[in-house]
Amino acid sequence: MTVAERAAFPDDPHHVGHGAQAEAPGHGAGGPAGKRIVVGYGFWIFLLSDFVLFSCFFAAYAVLRNASAGGPTESRLFDLTTVAAETACLLISSFFGGLASLAAGARQMLWFQAMMGVTFLFGAGFVALEASEFARFIGLGAAPQRSAFLSAFFSLVGCHGIHVSCGLLWLLTMMAQVLAKGFRPDILRRILCFTLFWHALDIVWVGIFTVVYLTGVAP
Amino acid sequence: MTETFDHEHGSGEDTAPGDERLDGSGVAQGIRGYLMGLLLAAGLTAASFYLAQSPWIWPHGVPAALTALAIGQMGVHLVFFLHLTTGPDNTNNVLALAFGVLIVGLIIGGTVWIMYNMNHNMAPMAHMTGPSG
Amino acid sequence: MFGKLTWSAIPWEEPIPLAAAAVVGVALLAVLVWVVATGRLPYVWREWVTSVDHKRIGVMYCLLALVMLIRGFIDAIMMRTQQAVAIGAAGYLPPDHYDQIFSAHGTIMIFFVAMPFLIGLMNVVVPLQLGVRDVAFPTFNSVSFWLTAAGALLVNLSLVIGEFARTGWLPFPPLSELAYSPGVGVDYYLWALQISGVGTLITGINFVTTILKLRAPGMTYLRMPMFCWTSLASSLLIVAAFPVLTATLAMLLLDRYLGFHFFTDEAGGSVMMFMNLIWAWGHPEVYILVLPAFGIYSEVVSTFSGKPLFGYRSMVAATMAICVISFMVWLHHFFTMGAGADVNAIFGIASMIIAIPTGVKIFNWLFTMYGGSLRFTTPMLFAIGFMITFVIGGMTGVLLAIPPADFVLHNSVFLVAHFHNVIIGGVLFGAFAGYNYWFPKAFGFRLEEGWGKASFWCWLIGFYLAFMPLYALGLRGMTRRLQHIDRADWAPWLYVAEAGAIVIMAGIACQVVQLVVSIRRRAALCDVTGDPWDGRSLEWATASPPPAFNFAALPDVHGLDAYWNIKAGARQQAVQQPEPRYQPIETPRSSATGFVTAFFATFFGFALIWHIWWLAALSALGAFATFVVFAWRDRTWDEISAEEVARIDRAHQAARQRSLAEAPAR
Repeated sequence: MTVAERAAFPDDPHHVGHGAQAEAPGHGAGGPAGKRIVVGYGFWIFLLSDFVLFSCFFAAYAVLRNASAGGPTESRLFDLTTVAAETACLLISSFFGGLASLAAGARQMLWFQAMMGVTFLFGAGFVALEASEFARFIGLGAAPQRSAFLSAFFSLVGCHGIHVSCGLLWLLTMMAQVLAKGFRPDILRRILCFTLFWHALDIVWVGIFTVVYLTGVAP
Repeated sequence: MTETFDHEHGSGEDTAPGDERLDGSGVAQGIRGYLMGLLLAAGLTAASFYLAQSPWIWPHGVPAALTALAIGQMGVHLVFFLHLTTGPDNTNNVLALAFGVLIVGLIIGGTVWIMYNMNHNMAPMAHMTGPSG
Repeated sequence: MFGKLTWSAIPWEEPIPLAAAAVVGVALLAVLVWVVATGRLPYVWREWVTSVDHKRIGVMYCLLALVMLIRGFIDAIMMRTQQAVAIGAAGYLPPDHYDQIFSAHGTIMIFFVAMPFLIGLMNVVVPLQLGVRDVAFPTFNSVSFWLTAAGALLVNLSLVIGEFARTGWLPFPPLSELAYSPGVGVDYYLWALQISGVGTLITGINFVTTILKLRAPGMTYLRMPMFCWTSLASSLLIVAAFPVLTATLAMLLLDRYLGFHFFTDEAGGSVMMFMNLIWAWGHPEVYILVLPAFGIYSEVVSTFSGKPLFGYRSMVAATMAICVISFMVWLHHFFTMGAGADVNAIFGIASMIIAIPTGVKIFNWLFTMYGGSLRFTTPMLFAIGFMITFVIGGMTGVLLAIPPADFVLHNSVFLVAHFHNVIIGGVLFGAFAGYNYWFPKAFGFRLEEGWGKASFWCWLIGFYLAFMPLYALGLRGMTRRLQHIDRADWAPWLYVAEAGAIVIMAGIACQVVQLVVSIRRRAALCDVTGDPWDGRSLEWATASPPPAFNFAALPDVHGLDAYWNIKAGARQQAVQQPEPRYQPIETPRSSATGFVTAFFATFFGFALIWHIWWLAALSALGAFATFVVFAWRDRTWDEISAEEVARIDRAHQAARQRSLAEAPAR
């Protein structure tokens, strides 16, 4: 603003601001942001709300982890080899998801589909391992109805598993959409959202295997 | 007062979260970034799995060590996979994350503290968890 | 085949719900028949049901809120009347019904009146104040509204088919667990709130993104109108708090449907944990309600004092402080549950601290009025009434924040008086002020002032008559939610309270009459210029109602009170704004996605409530299919040609010029 403009448009008539001309940098003050930023940021805010959702299940788990009602406890049930395999699957899946987003950025159809396919395989591996773990627990009489600890465990880990499963469904839909419509700007925005989602789920898993499994079996 | 800005990228000030802002020749650099993230995360993960079972850390310190490693892994994910940086174009994204972390901390920390006190003060009921129902 | 649903679910033997259901059913049918018979259905479908325009969606939100206000108020006057006649007597409402009525009253008023009303006003006003064309995610906006409506539908359906929860507006276990509430009531509550909760969360995300990323050129953070700041704070709280509600209600659903043990009495469940989690949502929720109301007051007080808001920066700081601290006080809702003195003390102190930024705001409003040229219009009356009433309610809140005092007053009618004091005095008066203030912007004609003022006085006097006695009764030991009263000496207070409810009913009647009269006399009340109040912010720069694209060209913002600056500059230079270079404008395409998603969501909820598993699966599939169809769209934008934009804008500017020529310049 020029001196003349400031005089013509006083914005601090009572001089209560810290210097009437002080301006916040205000991202977005240059006009409405572009669509990619708006969509990406909106999805980021959604992910943060998802983190809050998970935090409630984490909190419930922290409170109820010792309420095993005389039933099976962590040391009886948890098998760290399975957990390590699940962790590896998800981490590698995240890595290939990153490569897929690079391929999308470079508009490489074949690489994109290939990387997404590998991402899917490792993600599906994670879900399969987790499903088998749940089945094993139930077979041992450690169903979620057995105790509050098991209810909390199945809900927290299951909530994450449901998110991953929905993510896999989304992944397949993205592969189909890109095949059918190419790298259109709105589809690229959705790929951005999917990538954010997939990495965020891996972040949540870090919390889960640390808080649930590793501290559960620590001596 | 015209409409002729780029609808996709807008005024070019901010970066969408997760976006790499690379040009075409940056693919190799991008792959290196993800590879680095993978190796670091794998290393930290292996360390946590090992430490949880090993005799190297004083048992009461294990949760703290695991927490530190977990934060490290999350940081690796944020930086290498989600490209969250401290640059001015990422300020909104980092601030949003900080807000989220605050809320998560309040909920988990608050709940654990409150429930610990509740259970402690209501002790006679707390251990009635027998298979009565 | 139909799960638990049988013909006996309809309350054939209970005259009151049956009569109510009949009245509502006939009314709905009459409206539907009128719309179809007068050939308005295509218009309603095209312009309203499938609209993704924030102004239309906002109006629908407010309409939902006003209709549900009547339902919630009927519950209220039934309760007041029961308490007035059941002193040493049985009254006319059996306990079973009374419990459902107070539960429905609270649930409806908070989730389906206060939230939609304020979210509706945010929808209509925020994009206009920011100087942009729509919110960040217009189709999601429509989804949000229709999901909220679906939740409201489910709650009202419980009146006709089945029953409602008897647990109060927050379903505390173990009463809300299957063992003690085996009926469908709690399930109606849970699914209605889960469905509408998704809608609210999407709204929160939408507005955070809009306010942070979509503003007119030159509108830095410290040039945003105060209503936008408070909407931002409220939306941040929605994003932070609603997942907690979703998670906690999900845990209760898991307990009820799958036999989990989060909150059961046995197998290690923790009833206390429910209180903790639900209030971790519940406290931010009340700030979600009151912050936009504070924003409305800032707008109203500065406009009708003819002065810029005093202490803008301290207002912003106070708003964001309230936003953060509101997440640190939730234990004050259960001081008596036994966390101990040190925990209680810390949360008690935090609860007192949060009164300070609110006090800052009150002083800023007072200083804005001081030395201004005051106009006592209906919105301004509500604002002044708020200032007095809310301060009283706030003070009783600070009193309750002292744990020893709370041990005496917890769950007494003192508490009931306190929260109605702040919700009616704060939230509802704010909603009414905003409704009167922005009605001309949304519809092109003002609301009639006389009936508006009458409604204000009835609400103000009615509120004090209805709730001040409850403070006295609470101090005398009367607990909340009593279906019959054993103390004859409480009678005078309860009669006064009943009188207050009747006066409030008169207030609502005045509001209904106001609307009818205003519609009838709309030609005389017409708002030609788009700026009926000599406003200060950008929404008054548009026509009333604004065209679909809001602004022909996005305004350049040079300071706070952007529109005031434009007007001052125009008067100084004695010319109109030069014509912008008209360009074609992209507008988001209307979509049935919201309506169809909510349609499937309603059936999904209903099916789960009655254990009709095949219908639940089918509805879930339908919702998913809707989403896929939406995602597969190729054409998501329509274009308005530059000529069309020019035509609309020139007509508006001409109308303004004519009216300026007729009226003397200030």
